[in-house]
Formats: sequence, structure tokens, C-alpha cells
Amino acid sequence: PDGSRRFTQVTNGGPLFVYVKDGRILRVTPIEFDDAEDAPSWAMPARGQVFRPQRRANVAPHALAVKSTVYSDQRLLYPMKRVDFDPSQPPGQRNEANRGVSGYERISWEEALDIVAGEILRMKREHGPGAIATYHSSHHQWGNVGYYLSALMRFGNAIGVTRVALNPDSWEGWYWGAMHHLGNSFRLGSPTNYGTLQDCLEECELIIFWSSDPESQFGTYGGQDGGQRRLWGKQLGMQFVHINPHYCPTAGMMGGKWMPIRPGTDNALAIAIMQVWIAEDLYDRDFVARRTTGFDEWRAYVMGDSDGIPKTPEWQEAETGIPARDVRALARLWAKKKTYLAPGVRGSGLGGACRGANGTQWARAMILLMAMRGWGRPGVNFGNLQGGTPVDLHFYFPGYAEGGISGELNQTAAAANNYTRMPHLVSVNPVTQTIPRQRLPEAILEGQAEGYPLDPSSIEGQFRRTIYPAPGYSKVKMLYRYGGSSFGTIGESGRFVAMYQSPNLEFVVNQSIWDEGEAKFADIILPACTQFERDDIGEWGNAGGFGLHMQEQLNHRVIAMQHQCIEPLGESKSDYQIFWDICKRLGLGTYFSEGMTELDWCRRVFDSTDLPKHVSWRQFLKKGYFVVPPAPAGLRPPRDMQWYLDGRQKDVPEPYPLPGAYSSKYGEGLQTQTGKIEFVSSSLKRFDPESPDRPPLNRYIPAWESPHTEHGVNYPLQLITPHQRFSFHTMSDGKDSAIKDIRDHRVWKDGHFWWILRISPADAAARGIAHHDLVEVFNDRGTVICAADLTATLPAGVLHSFESCATYEPLGVPGESPDIGGCMNLLTPKRQQVAKTASTAAMTAQVQVRRWAGELPPER
Amino acid sequence: MNTMNSSTPKWNLIIDIDRCNNCNNCVLAVKDEHVGNDFPGYAAPQPLHGHHWLEMKRAEHGQAPIVDIVNLPTLCNHCDDAPCVKVGQGAVKKRDDGIVLIDPQAARGRRDLVDACPYGAVWWNEELQLPQHWIFDAHLLDQGWKAPRCAQACPTEAIRAVKVSDAEMAALAAEQGLEVLKPELGTRPRVHYRNLKRFTHWVLAGSVVTLRDGVEECIEGAEVTLSHAGQVVARAVTDAFGEYRLRDLPNVARRYELQVGHRHRTAAGQDVNLVGSATLQALRLSPD
Ligand SMILES: Nc1nc2c(c(=O)[nH]1)N[C@H]1C(S)=C(S)[C@@H](COP(=O)(O)OP(=O)(O)OC[C@H]3O[C@@H](n4cnc5c(=O)[nH]c(N)nc54)[C@H](O)[C@@H]3O)O[C@H]1N2
Ligand SMILES: Nc1nc2c(c(=O)[nH]1)N[C@H]1C(S)=C(S)[C@@H](COP(=O)(O)OP(=O)(O)OC[C@H]3O[C@@H](n4cnc5c(=O)[nH]c(N)nc54)[C@H](O)[C@@H]3O)O[C@H]1N2
Ligand code: SF4
Ligand code: SF4
Ligand code: SF4
Ligand SMILES: [Ca+2]
Ligand SMILES: [Ca+2]
Ligand SMILES: [Mo+4]
Repeated sequence: PDGSRRFTQVTNGGPLFVYVKDGRILRVTPIEFDDAEDAPSWAMPARGQVFRPQRRANVAPHALAVKSTVYSDQRLLYPMKRVDFDPSQPPGQRNEANRGVSGYERISWEEALDIVAGEILRMKREHGPGAIATYHSSHHQWGNVGYYLSALMRFGNAIGVTRVALNPDSWEGWYWGAMHHLGNSFRLGSPTNYGTLQDCLEECELIIFWSSDPESQFGTYGGQDGGQRRLWGKQLGMQFVHINPHYCPTAGMMGGKWMPIRPGTDNALAIAIMQVWIAEDLYDRDFVARRTTGFDEWRAYVMGDSDGIPKTPEWQEAETGIPARDVRALARLWAKKKTYLAPGVRGSGLGGACRGANGTQWARAMILLMAMRGWGRPGVNFGNLQGGTPVDLHFYFPGYAEGGISGELNQTAAAANNYTRMPHLVSVNPVTQTIPRQRLPEAILEGQAEGYPLDPSSIEGQFRRTIYPAPGYSKVKMLYRYGGSSFGTIGESGRFVAMYQSPNLEFVVNQSIWDEGEAKFADIILPACTQFERDDIGEWGNAGGFGLHMQEQLNHRVIAMQHQCIEPLGESKSDYQIFWDICKRLGLGTYFSEGMTELDWCRRVFDSTDLPKHVSWRQFLKKGYFVVPPAPAGLRPPRDMQWYLDGRQKDVPEPYPLPGAYSSKYGEGLQTQTGKIEFVSSSLKRFDPESPDRPPLNRYIPAWESPHTEHGVNYPLQLITPHQRFSFHTMSDGKDSAIKDIRDHRVWKDGHFWWILRISPADAAARGIAHHDLVEVFNDRGTVICAADLTATLPAGVLHSFESCATYEPLGVPGESPDIGGCMNLLTPKRQQVAKTASTAAMTAQVQVRRWAGELPPER
Repeated sequence: MNTMNSSTPKWNLIIDIDRCNNCNNCVLAVKDEHVGNDFPGYAAPQPLHGHHWLEMKRAEHGQAPIVDIVNLPTLCNHCDDAPCVKVGQGAVKKRDDGIVLIDPQAARGRRDLVDACPYGAVWWNEELQLPQHWIFDAHLLDQGWKAPRCAQACPTEAIRAVKVSDAEMAALAAEQGLEVLKPELGTRPRVHYRNLKRFTHWVLAGSVVTLRDGVEECIEGAEVTLSHAGQVVARAVTDAFGEYRLRDLPNVARRYELQVGHRHRTAAGQDVNLVGSATLQALRLSPD
């Protein structure tokens, strides 16, 4: 009626209707289902009630801010060249040291693409294979065609590149730690949620949120469908415990007991809980005897028989700050009540605690705790009502990790489904050299780096050491940066300034949507458009790969055409088109594109799925979305680990682990060497039995950076940097986005939107800091200026600020002056959690705070 | 004066504070709808920054480790006896469906309307020289939308919009214990809150412990009573961690007496001079 046209889109925060009028986005809204046309919802009877989800797709806040980021004043609208970069000059004479300092001038697409294509060929001729590196981040705008695992992967393979390899940043402690007790390598060492919603609603009496804040992290791509289900739990009278240094929004909504643990000490608490269970005979002896190995050795450690130190609640108190009486009360309550343990946002993995110096210890402890509780019994499992809904997991639609149009069979999960269902040209990268993302600055500056891969196919995949430079390859001389988030997201991120200013990089191209972060350090900037300006196709929350079946955190599976809603702004182009245009200059145009537009690819993806059985392409294009009917009663997955408890064949619908990874008959037992949950890990015994920081028996080892180490002397406060609530990492922050006005996201003061540092009233008072005062947070690694938020949700000694701001705004010389953008990762360590891994420990940092007395930046 | 028929269905908002997780979807939905969009006759564009037509307020009760966090979404109340309407002299209108609209033409330059609103719900648009407020998305409701954007975007259904007669609304309010902001002003808001005391009233929290065989233990099932001037004003029973929370206490400074009893322990008491929400140190009971 208002002359607008309604399209559909899918974002990291959920699916949207997009109303467009006169070529402009008018509004975006959540999708409300049409009772006449859309599939019905499931109904779940439990405890005499029937629970039904809302008839709509509940989105995360950052999804509702997208319009403001599309029309941001920070959009890159034209190809640009650094003013003092002259590609006709030889390397060394291109003013490399001015990257991040010099300004830019507009150039034509012709010129920009010629320069990039020319440099690609020059690299190969002058330096040989390996000289070009592509570097993308962990996340992307949604879709199967434009995704980095799709178009960028195909492009990289076409030209041959050194890959900057991602570490399992979301999973860290689970991947490098928990996996060695549980297996589940394809899940990066974390458990699953299959079938647990029914069980939890029916049976559970207590949920322990341990480093878990689903009302802020929304399950990863899960929007806000989970909140309603958690409120059901509250309505049913379940009890809640929150083990978290921060009284997080989930705790605020659910209420219950808060245990404000000192960051990084969780393993001590976990061990003390187990000590009470053993001392008071409160654990599941039968499960331990039948389904685990190594318990005697573990018990000897816990009770102090092997080292003379009983790990009592009193023993942990000095480490964790949790009173011994609370630990006893928790251990007993846990033993008395049917309990769900909820580590991390999905209650089954991730969790800020897995990303600190002691992340491996914490995640390992989570598995061992459940091994003493009879994991799989009714009401005894992992979860926080975020997962385990009865959506139909048999309906096929690819997730982004299936590689889209990449044709890459090794680095993506394409081979499992996508490639055979949607035959397309195979693409293979002729260069096998990789650089771990966390070590990229050292690789460039020092010319060498070591890594351990993210290889989910086996437990041992992570033990294979990679070195840079790989034998016979060129070192990296050209960086093709796709996006620009590192300052906000990588530990000790100030390192990237020196890297970019190094003459070792002869050429840097950055392909980005917004003028932020690392884009300001490039020689050539290629402006990409947003997903609203190009076509794609995708399913809400469907990651595929090691996130297989993540849609079971949603109330409904929603698959949508991601329509091109508006024309690309300025001269920006889709990433796909940019790659295609470069490929054309290299004679690879048709190899890259198969002669197809993005809309053509969407059609091919559509045809490869189960959608055509229900809806025609034309109907789908017109209506925009499809709600998959819920699983019929007989096809709902059983709750996970009951099969294991019963000693039966695995009966949950995941094709993991690989057949050859079983040590029992196929489908029986776990992926560990013994086929059981191992209190003492056999894979770690094989790899490094004497490891001081990752021993086969998960001892409590105090963190290498804490108030008690040398870092604590001048920097006594512990800073945690969990995932920001109102942005998906860097993607909605900055850019003059609407979320800037959210009072808990940034604070407007003196002409600037400041990043927030949360601080306890006691720590603030000791430093003369008042609410919303500007403060500098600092240590040897850097300084960030924030606005202080005095809050009762933190104990003294702990500071809280979010990671992943989008903007790096040094007040003076980049890398050497205070940042007012909010890059807390300037302060976090680059060190890995434990040796022989490629892991981040950025949740850990010792800092000091004082009121900012320096000059303010000029008002913007 | 409100001269409308009380049986006409009118719009109301019901906000349940206990269901709000402070996600700010409502805040962003309002921004998405109004920033950069002009709806002639209803509302001129909202500036990109600085306006909070829907504003989140936060209350923190107590101190670590026992705190209550409560979030309060506030917006124009579409009052039936609206000061802004009176002061507006035609620039602000009350519609038959209960919605109050500041006329984006007639109200130009009327900075006085910002001060007229006792709720701080009117925002000054410097560029357009215009007072602005949350319009209940009247432009969408008039097109057949079933709810304003903030309600549509709220994942927990903390915000619900209902179109009912005044009599029906009064019944709903009585049934659900709904309250309005600043009722003493007599503005008769159409935005009704559930569990409002969670925000406005104070909380006294604490824990009860004892020594058993030389080990400190939490006391479950202890009975806690709070009295003022000899009258019991609140009661609670401690949970497995020995914790209690006495909620909804009047938000005025007062002296209270706290009594803690338990079947197997000697009772203990403590005077509390409450000047705001507070968390007390653990109270220790000795064995009988
Ligand atoms: N201190 C601390 N640090 C952390 C964490 C923590 O808990 N604490 N968490 C870690 C975790 S789990 C993660 S996943 C990482 C995330 O860290 P990153 O992956 O580095 O952050 P993102 O914001 O996801 O980065 C995405 C980038 O890609 C760009 N981009 C997105 N879509 C497109 C597109 O279509 N085209 C182009 N050209 N560019 C695009 C975005 O603009 C952005 O620059 O952060 C890690 N860092
Ligand atoms: N809104 C939003 N949602 C997101 C993301 C986002 O950027 N924004 N990112 C997505 C991604 S990539 C991921 S990996 C997931 C991450 O999901 P999670 O890893 O679960 O989230 P985090 O915020 O890192 O951490 C959760 C909680 O851990 C607590 N914590 C930190 N350190 C410790 C500790 O030492 N001990 C204990 N007990 N608790 C601790 C924090 O206070 C926080 O409340 O979130 C996803 N969802
Ligand atoms: S029909 Fe075509 S795509 Fe299918 S297996 Fe045969 S050759 Fe391959
Ligand atoms: S809340 Fe303020 S602006 Fe809204 S109707 Fe009442 S007096 Fe007028
Ligand atoms: S959308 Fe609902 S839950 Fe979220 S902040 Fe607003 S009222 Fe609260
Ligand atoms: Ca609450
Ligand atoms: Ca077009
Ligand atoms: Mo992550």
C-alpha cells in the first residue's frame, strides 16, 4: 500500500523482509509466517503443557541495524589508490612505510583491475608460487554464492595462493583440549544438542550456564529464537546457575545463582566439584566404570593421592574467588538435580572461557564433569535450551561450509553433498603453503612461522606441524586482503601496523565494503557491495561442515532467496564480479565463472536441494522464502549420548566420525583410542606425554598471564573481552551504524562514540573514576581509550569490554598511540594457549586503568 | 480532555519487564523505521544519532555476587490526558484510536513541546527544528499492520500491542497487575507495564551460612523476614546457596529489622538502614 516492494534476505542475525521503495531500502523486518501458506510449527508436550514456538523468525539486533550499514558514510564507493603508491616503481620505492598514513585518490575500475592483475602476474614471474597470499576473516555476509568459502576460494585456487589459515577461534579449548577426551573431531571436540529440547523441557531441573550467554551471542547465527524457549524453562521452575566473571544478560533475564569466577581459573572450580562428588560418593559410579577409562588415575590426582594436595573446595577458593561453601552447595545440588551443563553460547561448546590462556583446561573439564554424571541419562546432558529443536534435518540445503561454487574439495565440505548434487568445475590450489592467521605479522616481518592446522577429519589432524615458508615456495610478497577486521579481533593486533608498513610486502590490495580497519593500509582498495546489492541464496543458521545441523537451534528452518534489493551503491561491485573481472584479465574468466551470473548460480544451488520437491524456482523467487516443515514425529533425532550410555550403536543423524576412526565396530563408541570418554587422554599421551601445559591428565595449571604472574605487577586488573552483543564481530559496529546509539554498545560523549569499559564500582572508586568518565586502558602492548560503565555486574578485579570493534583510530602514529576506536585486542596477548597449537588466548589480558587526562580528538 | 467513546477500540502497549533481555531489537526497529524515512502527516525523519524515541533504561539492584538487572523500555505513552496535547494547541492531536501525533508540519519550531512532556519522550530535531516522538507506528497501523515495529521485533514478546476498548484495557490491567509510569501525574498513559516494581522498587539480598564440623556451609531453607516499625514487609526462604532476595521494597530510605530463623539453628537478626537496593554480607547462624 505504500508503494514499496518486499524482498527477502538472510543475515548472520537471521532472515529478513526487505522493503524497497524508489530504489532505496525503506525498512527491514523479521519474517512473520503466513499461516495459510507456510508450514505449521511443531508442538512439544512436556510436563503437562504443550509448548509452541512463535510463528516468526526472531532476529538478532545486528540484523535490524543493516540498513544503516548499507547506507553508511563509510562505504567504499570507488576504486582507490594510495596517493604515494606507484605500481610502475620497483618494490622498496613504493612508500610502503606510509601505509596507514597516506591518503587515497579515486581511480577507475580499469586502472585498479589492471594494477591488481598485473601484480598477480608479476608475483608469479618474479617470485614464484606462494608469493601471493589471500587473507579473509572468519565471517562473511550470508549466502552460498558470494561467501568467502565459495567465490573467493574459487578465485584463490584459480590464481594459486598461499592461504592465511584460520585457527579454530570459536572452539579453541574444545579443539585443542576437549577433543582428546571425547573425540568428536568433526565437531572440533565439542558435544552436540540432538534431541535435547524435549528431554530438557521434560526432565531437567537445573541448568548450569558456564561461560554461557546465549541472550548476547544468540547461538551464532541463531537470531533470537532461543529466548522464548529459555523462558519456558523459567516458567517450568527450573533453577539456574551462572559461572561467569560477568553477570551477563542471560543471567539478568533468567536469574539464579551467580558465581563470579576469576577468569581463567575454571578448571580449579571444576576439579573441586569433582572432589566433593568423590569424597561424598555423589557421582555415577556405573557410568564411570562402563563408559570411561583412566578414572583411578584421575581420582588419585583429585583426592591428592598422587601429589599430596586434595583438590578441595577450600583449595580452589584462593584461585577462583568462589567461596568453598558455594562450591559444596553447587556440587551437591548438581548431584541431586537432573542437570544440564551449558558451556558456551549453545550450551555445547564455544564459550569465552575456551578462548583464554587456560581455554583447553576449561573445555577438557567440561567433558570430565559430564563423565561423572552419567551423560545421556534423562535430564542429564549438555545444553541451555538453545539447541535440539525438532526441525527436519533430512531436508537438504547446503550450508556455507559446503563451499558453494568453489569446486574446492579439500578445504570445504563440498565433497560430502554439494559437489555431487551441483556438479561444477573442480578447482585446486596449486600452492600448499599456509600461514596461521595468528602468526601472519611474524611471517611477513620475520620471514618464518609455525602452525598447527584446523583439520577436523581426525584427532591427530591438529598434530601435524606446518612451517612457513614451506619448502621451495616463495615467501609472501603480495597480500590480497578480503575484509579488514584484524585490529578488532586478533590478539596483540598492533602487530599488524608494522606488518603492513613493511617493505617485505611489495603490494597490498584490500577488497572491502567499508573504509575501516585494515582497508586503510592498502595500496589499492577495491570496493565491494553489500549482500543487499547482489543475488545470493541461503538458509538461516545453516553453516554446514563442523557446524552441521546448527539449524536445530532454530524454531523453524527458513531458506530464502537473497534478492538483489537495490543497485550497488556508487561504483561498488559484488565480490564475485570483481573476481571475475580480474580473472578475465588473466584469461581465466570462463574458468572462474562458467559463464554464469550470480543469479544463475542461485538457480543451480536451488536445483541441487530438496526445495524443488516443494516449490518451483519461479514461486521461490517471487515469495522469497520457504519454511521447512518440522520433522515428523518418528524422524525427530533421539537425544544424543543415550546411545552411548546404553552401549548401543550411535543413532543421531551425523555422519561422524569417519568409519576408519572407530576402534570399536562401526558406529559403536567414541572416536577416542579406547572408544570411551578418557579421563587420561591417549591421543595426548601419544603426541606429547610430558607436555607441561597440555598434559594427558587435565591438571589445574595456573594461567601464564594473571594477577599472580609478572603481568599482574603493573597491570593488576583482569580484562575479559567476550563477543559483542549488538554487532556480529566487526560487521555492524562503526560505519555510523544505528547500534552506536545503543547505550550498552557505545557512549556518546564530547563529540565521539566511545567504546565501553565495564568496571566494578570498587575498582572505579579506587581510581577516582565516575560513570562515563573517559579512561585509558593500557598495558605494555597498547592503550585504548574508553568510556567507563560502572556496574554491579562485575566483581572487583575484573574488567569487561567487548572484542571486535570495527574501527581502529590511533590518535597519532599508528601502532604507537592510543586508540579511540575501541580495539581492545591491542591489549590482548598473541601467545597461544598451549604450545604446539595455533590458538588464540585473547580472552586473557592483564591491564591497568586510569582516567584519561590527555587531549581529546577534534569533534567529528 | 478525552471526549472519545470508551467503547471505541484503542491502541495500548503492554510491556512485561520480566521478559525483557535488553536486546534492543525494539530500539533498532524504531530507528530502522524512522531514520531517513519521511512519513508525511505522521512523522518527519529521525536523525541518525541522538534520538531515543524508544529508550532503554537500566536498573542494577544490589552488589556482586547477588544482583538483579532490570531493563525498562520507555517511549511516548500516548497519554489520554496528555500535557503535550494541551500545550500543543492544535499541533498535537489525539486520534480516535488513542494515538497521539505531533504534527510534523504544525509543530515546527515548537521547542516548548519537549518540555511539555513529563516523561522526556519528546526529542528535539535540531536540523528540522521539530519536536518528535514515537508515533506508535500509526502510519503502519493505518495500512493494516497488526502491531508497531517494536512489538513485531521483540523476540520474547515482552512488548505486546493490543487494540481494545478502555473498559477491556482496564480489566486487563487489573487482571495482570499492570502499572503505568508516574500515575500521580494523571496523564493516563496507554503504555502499561507488568512487573514495573522490579525496576522502580528496591531489593535487599544476602545469604545465610553456618559452620558444620568446622566447615562453612550454605543454609538452605532458612526463613528470612524483613520488618519495618514492627510490621513484616517481606519474607523469603533461602535457596540451596543460602541466598535470599527480598524484592519490591518501597523505594524510600528506611530502617528495617532483618530476622533469620532456621529449624536447627539459633535465630539471628540485624538492623538494616536501607538507602537503596543492597546486598548484605553473609549472615552466620550458629548451631542450636
Ligand atoms: N579478545 C577476543 N578476540 C576474539 C574473540 C574473543 O572472544 N575475544 N573471538 C574470536 C572469534 S571466536 C572470532 S570468530 C573472531 C572473529 O574475527 P574476524 O573474523 O576477524 O571478524 P569479522 O568481523 O567476522 O570479520 C569479517 C570481515 O570480513 C568482511 N566481510 C564480510 N562480508 C564480506 C563480503 O561479502 N565481502 C567482503 N569483501 N568483505 C566482507 C567484514 O567487513 C570484516 O572485515 O574474533 C576472535 N577474536
Ligand atoms: N551478537 C553476537 N553474537 C555472536 C557473535 C558476535 O560477534 N556477536 N559471534 C559469534 C561467534 S563467531 C562465536 S565463536 C560465538 C561465541 O560464543 P561464546 O564463546 O559462548 O561467547 P563469548 O562472549 O566469547 O563468551 C561467553 C561468556 O563467557 C564469559 N567468560 C569469559 N571468560 C571467562 C572465564 O574465564 N570463565 C568463565 N566461566 N566465563 C568466562 C564471558 O563473560 C561471556 O559472558 O558467538 C557468536 N555469536
Ligand atoms: S549423471 Fe552426470 S553428474 Fe551424475 S554421475 Fe553421471 S556424469 Fe556425473
Ligand atoms: S508521553 Fe509525553 S509526548 Fe507522549 S503523549 Fe504523554 S505527554 Fe505527550
Ligand atoms: S526487543 Fe523486547 S526483549 Fe529486546 S530490549 Fe526490546 S523489549 Fe526488551
Ligand atoms: Ca530480570
Ligand atoms: Ca542489477
Ligand atoms: Mo567465532
